[in-house]
Amino acid sequence: MIEVKNLKKYYGEIKAVDDISFSVDTGEVLGFLGPNGAGKSTTMNIITGYISSTSGTVTVDGSEILAEPKKTKQKIGYLPEIPPLYPDMTVRKYLEFMFELKKVKLPKKEHIAEVMRLVGITDKSERIIKHLSKGYRQRVGFAQALLGNPPVLILDEPTVGLDPKQIIEIRKLIRGLGKKHTVIFSSHVLSEVSAICDRVLVISNGKIVADAKTDELAAVLSDQQKLTLTVEGSASVVSAELEKIPEVKRVVKKGERGGAVRLTVEYAKGADIRRDVFNAMVRVNAPILEMTSGDESLEEMFLKLTQGAEGGNEK
Amino acid sequence: MTAILKRELGAYFSSATAYVVLAAYFFFSGLFFNYYCFAMNSASLSYVFSNMFYVIMFIIPIITMKTFAEEKKQRSDQALLTSPTSLTEIVLGKFLGAFAIFALCCSIFLVYAVVISCFAPVQWSVTLCTLLGLLLLGASLIAINVLVSALTESMVVAAVIGMAVGLIINMMSFFVSQIKIEWISKALDKINFFNYYTNFTYGILSITDVVFFLSVTALFIFFTVRVLERRRWS
Repeated sequence: MIEVKNLKKYYGEIKAVDDISFSVDTGEVLGFLGPNGAGKSTTMNIITGYISSTSGTVTVDGSEILAEPKKTKQKIGYLPEIPPLYPDMTVRKYLEFMFELKKVKLPKKEHIAEVMRLVGITDKSERIIKHLSKGYRQRVGFAQALLGNPPVLILDEPTVGLDPKQIIEIRKLIRGLGKKHTVIFSSHVLSEVSAICDRVLVISNGKIVADAKTDELAAVLSDQQKLTLTVEGSASVVSAELEKIPEVKRVVKKGERGGAVRLTVEYAKGADIRRDVFNAMVRVNAPILEMTSGDESLEEMFLKLTQGAEGGNEK
Repeated sequence: MTAILKRELGAYFSSATAYVVLAAYFFFSGLFFNYYCFAMNSASLSYVFSNMFYVIMFIIPIITMKTFAEEKKQRSDQALLTSPTSLTEIVLGKFLGAFAIFALCCSIFLVYAVVISCFAPVQWSVTLCTLLGLLLLGASLIAINVLVSALTESMVVAAVIGMAVGLIINMMSFFVSQIKIEWISKALDKINFFNYYTNFTYGILSITDVVFFLSVTALFIFFTVRVLERRRWS
């Protein structure tokens, strides 16, 4: 549905997007993940035709944005980081304007009513936009993107600044939309992306540093797995015994409290050492109080990944 | 284009802009009308018209200052530029919206003409010709000021620059008389808006004057489109 090839964007000397290529299938919900200033918004602005790339091509449903701008833009609904609203208009007037601007060929009144119902702003339709709260403004921006039922939706940080209840509602909405539309969705919150998206692109410093299905993300991001243990016994004995297990790469002591020691055990990817750990602890008579089979948290991995890319660029 | 035109007109009238501009315009034209026609006991509107040249220099930047500067500031230009509407349509919509407000301002002259007709015969041909001139002059100034608005992100800066440009256009005759290098003063004289406009106030409808104003308008609309296009590439 969306095909991005070798996209580059320079602002003068500054590289904002550095040779990004990816494609999105019809009906897929793709998450763009990256720290602020990583190039997410720039990439989205290029896909939607707001700015032009320095080089590279963007094809949406077979038409290229530069060659056929009108045809391509008609297929995209865009919610920028700051919703493009006119604060002095009422919600209905604004949506009517956007309806005409987008040259939508659906029955006007019914379609606007449907979109307003979908994002939950029907009761605000006669309110002036500047008097609305941030959450409602975001929804009006959302409604605007949905006008004309475009096959592709590009949403730039749609949940920023919303309260937890609104965030849950918006996430639900995006998941629902993913059934009918192809969605690209950006965020710097990893848990959000993994909750909504089928696939995640991690962007850092204008480069893609990871591209994976959400459920495979953890495996892609780290090459080793971790086990967190709380064991009763002396730290040195326990560590020594654990290191005898062949798959174990490293044992790190995290803390000690009341005769119990807390450790993380790093072991090779693909192995399962839980039984070996149990047996080892039985051998040294150190009861296991707690054992969490855990990858490091997604957030931690994300940090590592994006920082790693920064380090790479400095060289 | 009609969507943008409609929104622009709605925005002018839902804010104070349209009313303030109309009030200011009616006030000054009424002042001139009172002075040159009633006090001087004259049935000719041509003095009133030629004095309006100075008033619109200040009024037009107020009408146009919002057009693009405000869009950029509140980021609503993202909606315009990512919609399946071409830049030319966007610029034309904005231009026509501002022009409609200006035309509404100028319509007061028809009222003055009717008032005069109660006391003395009105030279309708001259009056209408001058009105056409005023509209054409306004169109070219609006095109220039829309470009100014597209170049900045602040309405105030747009208005101030627009007025400065207006003042320079106003003082063109002075520059022409002061600059001693012949080819420069000759060239400036050729782009002196006042020369072209004055012909209309005498009731002379010449194709040169009409073409001059129309081409200035078209040229600056084109420049505005290019500026927006260029920003996309920068």
